[in-house]
Amino acid sequence: MTTTDASAPARVYRDYAHPLWRRLLFTREAAIVVLLVLVYAVAAASVRNFAAPITITYLLLDVAAILFIALPMTLVIITGEIDLSVASIVGLSSVTLGTLHQAGLPIEAAGTVAILVGVVAGAINGFFITVVGLPSLAVTIGTLALFRGLAVGLLGTTAVTDFTEFWTDLAKSKIPGTPIPSVMIVFVVLAIAFAVLLHFTPFGRGIFAIGLSSEAARFSGVKVEQTKFILFVLSGAVSALAGIYYTLRFGSARGDNATGLELSVIAAVLLGGVSIFGGRGNILGVIAGVLLIGILGSALRLANVTSDVINIITGALLVASVVSTSVLAWVHRKRIGAGIKKGPPAPAQD
Amino acid sequence: MTFGTKRAGALTALAVTVALVATGCAASDDGGSGGGGDGGDNLAITFLPKNLGNPYFDTSSAGGKEAVESFDGTFAEVGPTEAAPDAQVSFINTLTQQGVGGIVVSANDPEAICDALNEARDAGIKVVTFDSDTNPDCRDLFINQATAEGIAKVQVDLIADQIGGAGEIAILSATANATNQNAWIDLMKDYLASDYPDITLVDTVYGDDDDQTSFDKTAALLQTYPELKGIISPTTVGISAAARYLSTSEFKGKVALTGLGTPNQMRDFVEDGTVTAFALWNPSDLGYLAAFAAKALITGEITGAKGDTFEAGKLGSFEVGDGGTVLLGDPYVFDADNIGDFDF
Repeated sequence: MTTTDASAPARVYRDYAHPLWRRLLFTREAAIVVLLVLVYAVAAASVRNFAAPITITYLLLDVAAILFIALPMTLVIITGEIDLSVASIVGLSSVTLGTLHQAGLPIEAAGTVAILVGVVAGAINGFFITVVGLPSLAVTIGTLALFRGLAVGLLGTTAVTDFTEFWTDLAKSKIPGTPIPSVMIVFVVLAIAFAVLLHFTPFGRGIFAIGLSSEAARFSGVKVEQTKFILFVLSGAVSALAGIYYTLRFGSARGDNATGLELSVIAAVLLGGVSIFGGRGNILGVIAGVLLIGILGSALRLANVTSDVINIITGALLVASVVSTSVLAWVHRKRIGAGIKKGPPAPAQD
Repeated sequence: MTFGTKRAGALTALAVTVALVATGCAASDDGGSGGGGDGGDNLAITFLPKNLGNPYFDTSSAGGKEAVESFDGTFAEVGPTEAAPDAQVSFINTLTQQGVGGIVVSANDPEAICDALNEARDAGIKVVTFDSDTNPDCRDLFINQATAEGIAKVQVDLIADQIGGAGEIAILSATANATNQNAWIDLMKDYLASDYPDITLVDTVYGDDDDQTSFDKTAALLQTYPELKGIISPTTVGISAAARYLSTSEFKGKVALTGLGTPNQMRDFVEDGTVTAFALWNPSDLGYLAAFAAKALITGEITGAKGDTFEAGKLGSFEVGDGGTVLLGDPYVFDADNIGDFDF
């Protein structure tokens, strides 16, 4: 994945005469992965109890829902759109699962319906964005409230908690012999599917093309509307899947489950190197971004840092990552600009 | 990305590393004193309120701190900034890893934190719930501020007294999922039906324990029901927001307001005549009692079985009742005559 990204700007780097390994290290994804490893090592060395395997279990259970939703969110944001309704779809899926299970349906059937509800919710977003042509920000702010309202309205003031232990235990179970939760198997399969879709298929190239310029993409034969519609449906479906996991993990189906989760997802996606303006991003970087925020929160909690300070630190990290990118891009442009003044621009020499 | 991303990454990494090293050192100090204790019982007791920055829980934690310090334990308070159903789980997991002696928690959701609490108990940690209970299987004791019947009765009696026993009333509650509020509202309905047939409950609205939302819901109630004679708000955030609205509106003195509030929040409104009387227990005493209950469990003085008795410092002796609950006492009514005696 990193190589595909690096191959395009390789020409630019040739001017600086850097070897391949340095070019790879220059990618934002690589920087985040390095940062992730570094933070983990420092936390393991300095925070009491952080190195325990159980930390990994708790951490992955905590971020699993964010990891899931971050996958389709990455694709959506690369096209230059956004989906703010994901956490509300989690709530709607949770309530669907809970009410149907309470009505006597087995989890398998109730879960299938919950995912269908997510697909329909995503299709509603997709319809307004691609057919009616409204901006995704406006549409999904609306459906954020709409889906949440439906979720809270359907289950009212109650929570469904009588799930069979088999399913709630499964949601929290670990892969035998490891501290890694079983739910990560589902995640890895999904992550590979999304990475292949984004980085190795014409559909994925279309996603990047739309993000860079949807007009140019359209003239090049990319089915812009169809691509976006599919992405919003995928986003709805994966959010609903995350909703099922969320409900079983806490053994509690509620309309207000996962309130505010959309912001955690978007924050992690941006930290992972996806441009909010579209056209740039990478699944690997996003996964590292989610894990980085998770590890940081977990280490700081163990170090008895209060929640407000944790929010300040993670917030500052996000701002720093976004600002540093822009500032350094600006510096880079200035250097190129200085080069132009001295002589003909480098690409013209080819 | 291009040229300088590595440096950006390195800079951020450095900042994060410094933060972690700094906090990491602080942590080993705290952990050391918490785990060490006096060589015997682990009296490191951590309070986990529904959310931080909530005056009610600030007061209960202050009571808990007073109690823990009186028996030479180590007091700490942790919690989420938002009262979300799942937000407490990661804090409980962290406390389990840190090996505290006792957790005193007010549950945002009766079920969502159960597994995390049971993992803590498996690790030898005593779990006391207060204010808002979990499923009884997940804790050792629940410290009940007052019986639900007592709370429902005192609020209905107060409003009935203030509106002359007849007319339309409404309820302004916290979140739609709040376990305790919903139990009280159901009992209020029963008690209204049996003892005050001339009072009609026209609506129940939810301010989500958010000041502005509660304020807006109060305004909406008064617009929707012009005949409204009284509002019951069984939540400290709701009643003060409602009082703030009433005090500056044409309804001041005409629409009665009562419910559960704290003296410091309600003092101005009692003095300016917006509110005649309201009720609550003393959250400071509640936290104090919960801390002593945790201590009694940690030292093995009690197991949490029905009939166990323990001493709670200045509050005297308490007995464990049905379902592993300990009752603080009857709700207390605050009015213009006695509000000056309280400061919380």
